[in-house]
Amino acid sequence: MISQFFVLSQRGDNIVFRDYRGEVAKGSAEIFFRKVKFWKEDGQEEAPPVFNVDGVNYFHVKVVGLLFVATTRVNVSPSLVLELLQRIARVIKDYLGVLSEDSLRKNFVLVYEMLDEVIDFGYVQTTSTEVLKSYVFNEPIVVDAARLQPLGPAAIFMQGTKRMPGTAVTKSVVANEPGGRKREEIFVDIIEKISVTFSSSGYILTSEIDGTIQMKSYLSGNPEIRLALNEDLSIGRGGGTIYDYRSSSGSGAVILDDCNFHESVRLDSFDMDRTLSLVPPDGEFPVMNYRMTQEFKPPFRINCLIEEAGQLKAEVIIKVRAEFPSNITANTIAVQMPLPKYTTRASFELEPGAVGQRTDFKEANKKLEWGLKKIVGGSEHTLRAKLTFSQESHANLTKEAGPVSMTFTIPMYNVSRLQVKYLQIAKKSSSYNPYRWVRYVTQANSYVARI
Amino acid sequence: MAPPAQSQRSPSPSQPSGKSEVSDLKLQLRQLAGSRAPGVDDSKRELFKKVISYMTIGIDVSSLFGEMVMCSATSDIVLKKMCYLYVGNYAKVNPDLALLTINFLQRDCRDEDPMIRGLALRSLCSLRVANLVEYLVGPLGSGLKDSNSYVRMVAVMGVLKLYHISASTCIDADFPSILKHLMLHDSDTQVVANCLSALQEIWSAEASTSEEASREREALISKPFIYYLLNRIKEFCEWAQCLVLELVTKYVPSDSSEIFDIMNLLEDRLQHANGAVVLATIRVFLQLTLSMTDVHQQVYERIKAPLLTLVSSGSPEQSYAVLSHLHLLVMRAPYVFSSDYKHFYCQYNEPSYVKRLKLEMLTAVANESNTYEIVTELCEYAANVDIPIARESIRAVGKIALQQYDVNAIVDRLLQFLEMEKDYVTAEALVLVKDLLRKYPQWSHDCIAVVGNISSKNVQEPKAKAALIWMLGEYSQDMQDAPYVLESLVENWDEEHSAEVRLHLLTAMMKCFFKRPPETQSALGAALAAGIADFHQDVHDRALFYYRILRYNVSVAERVVNPPKQAVSVFADTQSSEIKDRIFDEFNSLSVLYQKPSYMFTDKEHRGPLEFADELGNLSIGEAANNVVPTQMVEENDKDLLLTTSEKEETKGSRNNGSAYSVPYDGSSTSVFASQTQIESAVSNPTLAGHSPQASFAIDDLLGLGIPAAPAVLSPPQLKLNTKAALDPSTFQQKWRQLPVALSQEISVSPQGVAALTAPQALLRHMQSHSIHCIASGGQSPNFKFFFFAQKFEESSNYLVECVINTSSAKAQVKIKADDQNTSQDFSTLFESALSKFGTS
Repeated sequence: MISQFFVLSQRGDNIVFRDYRGEVAKGSAEIFFRKVKFWKEDGQEEAPPVFNVDGVNYFHVKVVGLLFVATTRVNVSPSLVLELLQRIARVIKDYLGVLSEDSLRKNFVLVYEMLDEVIDFGYVQTTSTEVLKSYVFNEPIVVDAARLQPLGPAAIFMQGTKRMPGTAVTKSVVANEPGGRKREEIFVDIIEKISVTFSSSGYILTSEIDGTIQMKSYLSGNPEIRLALNEDLSIGRGGGTIYDYRSSSGSGAVILDDCNFHESVRLDSFDMDRTLSLVPPDGEFPVMNYRMTQEFKPPFRINCLIEEAGQLKAEVIIKVRAEFPSNITANTIAVQMPLPKYTTRASFELEPGAVGQRTDFKEANKKLEWGLKKIVGGSEHTLRAKLTFSQESHANLTKEAGPVSMTFTIPMYNVSRLQVKYLQIAKKSSSYNPYRWVRYVTQANSYVARI
Repeated sequence: MAPPAQSQRSPSPSQPSGKSEVSDLKLQLRQLAGSRAPGVDDSKRELFKKVISYMTIGIDVSSLFGEMVMCSATSDIVLKKMCYLYVGNYAKVNPDLALLTINFLQRDCRDEDPMIRGLALRSLCSLRVANLVEYLVGPLGSGLKDSNSYVRMVAVMGVLKLYHISASTCIDADFPSILKHLMLHDSDTQVVANCLSALQEIWSAEASTSEEASREREALISKPFIYYLLNRIKEFCEWAQCLVLELVTKYVPSDSSEIFDIMNLLEDRLQHANGAVVLATIRVFLQLTLSMTDVHQQVYERIKAPLLTLVSSGSPEQSYAVLSHLHLLVMRAPYVFSSDYKHFYCQYNEPSYVKRLKLEMLTAVANESNTYEIVTELCEYAANVDIPIARESIRAVGKIALQQYDVNAIVDRLLQFLEMEKDYVTAEALVLVKDLLRKYPQWSHDCIAVVGNISSKNVQEPKAKAALIWMLGEYSQDMQDAPYVLESLVENWDEEHSAEVRLHLLTAMMKCFFKRPPETQSALGAALAAGIADFHQDVHDRALFYYRILRYNVSVAERVVNPPKQAVSVFADTQSSEIKDRIFDEFNSLSVLYQKPSYMFTDKEHRGPLEFADELGNLSIGEAANNVVPTQMVEENDKDLLLTTSEKEETKGSRNNGSAYSVPYDGSSTSVFASQTQIESAVSNPTLAGHSPQASFAIDDLLGLGIPAAPAVLSPPQLKLNTKAALDPSTFQQKWRQLPVALSQEISVSPQGVAALTAPQALLRHMQSHSIHCIASGGQSPNFKFFFFAQKFEESSNYLVECVINTSSAKAQVKIKADDQNTSQDFSTLFESALSKFGTS
């Protein structure tokens, strides 16, 4: 059971603070924030999501730079509390359309109202947007998404975020459109986060796809929905080790290692024809999470070379080749590479006629950064950098630099070939034809090439 | 409510510091209180919002209590809610004013809108004012009978709140039995779930004084009730499912078909997207199959994929919680996960708390087939920009090397680390090479060549420097310039800040002196002089001790300071298996994340509502906890390089005795007694010190190393066992859960025994010939696990044994539980003698 719940801004201010059981002293938010901020003297390490100070257990998750915190004195299930915190953040987002410090501050009374129903005396009652709708009476004050600043300083809290921004719409599930009536629509996003590690010789050491089919429904009257996936989809890789690539390549089937489903999903005919049926609750939720280690073609190949070029000098060449069809374009690509500690200067040379590219040498942490606005499928881009060192390097340069890591987003492309074949909405009348959006996107999770 | 620290910080313009704003609000609220002008609710909303926002940031607005209550006469539900929130927050510090609110809350409890009834009831119960409880009973009573499930749901929690304000009022009103009725008959599952939560808390608290409550609490884990919940589990919301599953873990099924029924019923819960449900289900599976070794292994296989999916599908925080559990499982059954090692590779953008866990898992799953790849991967991390992780990675390589797999290749890698010219890499690698040499002295030649090239000036970290000095002393005969390097270190004695390093330097000088006296003598003299003058007590004492023992007799000194060493076979584990088991029993709780059993970090009253099954254990643990902390500290200090492993293992042994659900038994008390007399004799006979091996034992024991009185001659035990003992598995399982561990010890297995274990069945037959019967067994080389039982001749007193045999170390970890604790030592002797004869007869 939970004793307190609060949300702190990144400066440590309480945005909401709710005490459910009165077992933990009021100063807990302060104690918590200090502990998180000064976890290790050198500030290098992040505080773990759960820790204990003087018999009080603190749980926290970071969402868009905000800290969602729960405290308790009891030995509870950590997954339950962390899941709950994440879920509270999601419900708030469903209501407010946009989750940010600003929107939360503007709507804190609504959030209090919601928290009253989500938890009673420390016990979780419900986290369903659907159910909460009938108990929450405040109208959300919607923050205009377009006016939202890019995360800015909040980004420092965004380390390792796996949630993707901006895929689903930034529209509240309860607020009415300015025009009056609600638009009937449903969004199905197939989001795949891929992790690939290339060895220095370009061989794939590990690869994994973590996928989610995410749904956000604005349909009135909760009609039933049928979602059909690839017929050749199979789950669980019977026998053999998971990394036995040869066994699966070429067969063309999509083989998931494992998957799980949202509560509302019924799997009655899943074994037969790979369809999921569900009555989607309001708000955003994952219909299905899946994991795949089957071999796939990595969207980018990275080549990197670092070699000495005279005394106290070296040259770096990074080549990125897009190995997806030319009608697909990746965007917001960032390439990073740690350089030797004794690098003092780096001058860059882009290919002639390069547009929308930017380069930077981060003096403080000795990192090379290369940003590209977009990369069209099939194209190749090269960056050359000349480095100046402050001291003679004795050891092998490749041991002092790298690995190269890359982040990107590729809309309308998914590497697993998992597909939503059709999205059927149980009809209310022949004229009922809501908007259906099925969108695919591939993102880099950990995309690394060793040198 | 004390004004929190926010106001101590420099006030930002948006956060007024208090006073004048509050009095301003007061004025405005007063004006609105009586007003019936149109739009007044909107202005009230704005004002209330302001009040709540001040409350949130920690400004004390309790002085507005009267005005807030006056303004609360409204039909606007949003206003009402804000007012309730305010009242709930400040009623406790304003008990007199709180009385003002009772009236309108009670009226709202009778409102025709169920929403208002529920809200009012919730607020009424949240006032937390003791002298107002009389006003709660009536509304609660009708709330529990309300036709609307929302009101009932709120009322049930209200009963629990009442119980916490005034237990007697709650019991006198007979609310628990009303809740029990609701729990068994209400159609709304959330009402049922709330009843369950409330009753667990109430009955657990009452159980110590009321037999009835204790019976009721037991009834919660009775078969009919558990089945009642399990059959409806899908109707509960996901959070309530967790509650139910937690209860099911406490249930002991009567036979294996029941176990399979429950598992089949819950199978699909493993596919739930909510990690909390999955972990709760896994806990049920693991607990149910605890004594069915084979099925237990299958459970591991089954839960692997869902766990890995949870790791990668959630936020990093959720991954961390799941990974911690995976880590626990990996440590228990490394072979199950050894082919999945690539899942534990670190991703560059993961937070360090995740990376650390993964590194530990990689060391745990390393075996003959994957070591090469794992070590290659770890070496990549050693050059990582994240220095703490780089260090951990090097340590991980070392740990794997000490596990004996493919040492050749690893030693090469470690030596490469030494040449990497990054100071932290060198430092970590030195410590590792030192440990490695203690285990594999045969590698000294290769290592020393490389270590000799490292200039002591480039090594600054105390641990690394100590390791380097140890190697210089230990291998001074092979390292050409060892005496001179040591000499230069002695010359800079005053600049050496770490006492640990100075201690090592003294010992290394001694060792070097015994091997190369002419080159070392003068430096040794300087070292001893500096040591005796040292302000640090330990350094001073050691120097003085060396000095005196040298004066007494050089050859005795050599025997004391530098005796021939045996290679260390297994480094002591940092955690006793008892504690690990305890953590495993608390699967799906914070214990797993903290890697500590709950008694180490929670107060007694917060152990959670359903801990009664463990109470027996807790009783003895209460005392044991005091022992555990200091022994752990010993363990910490004990990283002293000079301790040989045999000593370390004994430390561990003594800790086991201290921390394990310590049931005093004859064996241990006699050993304590014996060593005490030895100490006395040592004290009364000071001249003996240094000569008599007996006395030196006594001194060791004084240091807390706890050498057990060796059972040199096993007296024939008087205990007689029933040759035809019988016990069915479920009784065994139940007893195993209920009984505390009477004894736990490590027994060596003869080489013949190890050889004979290629067919584990042989052991079963052998033990049976000694009237010790096997009830379950499993495992793969090198780890085998057996559960045995035996019964006293002509008595129904049972002995239960868990025996884990590791064939590579030829050791058996034995845990004994007994109905009759007094005879457990006798039984243990019998068991040991039976096991030791295995393979020889």
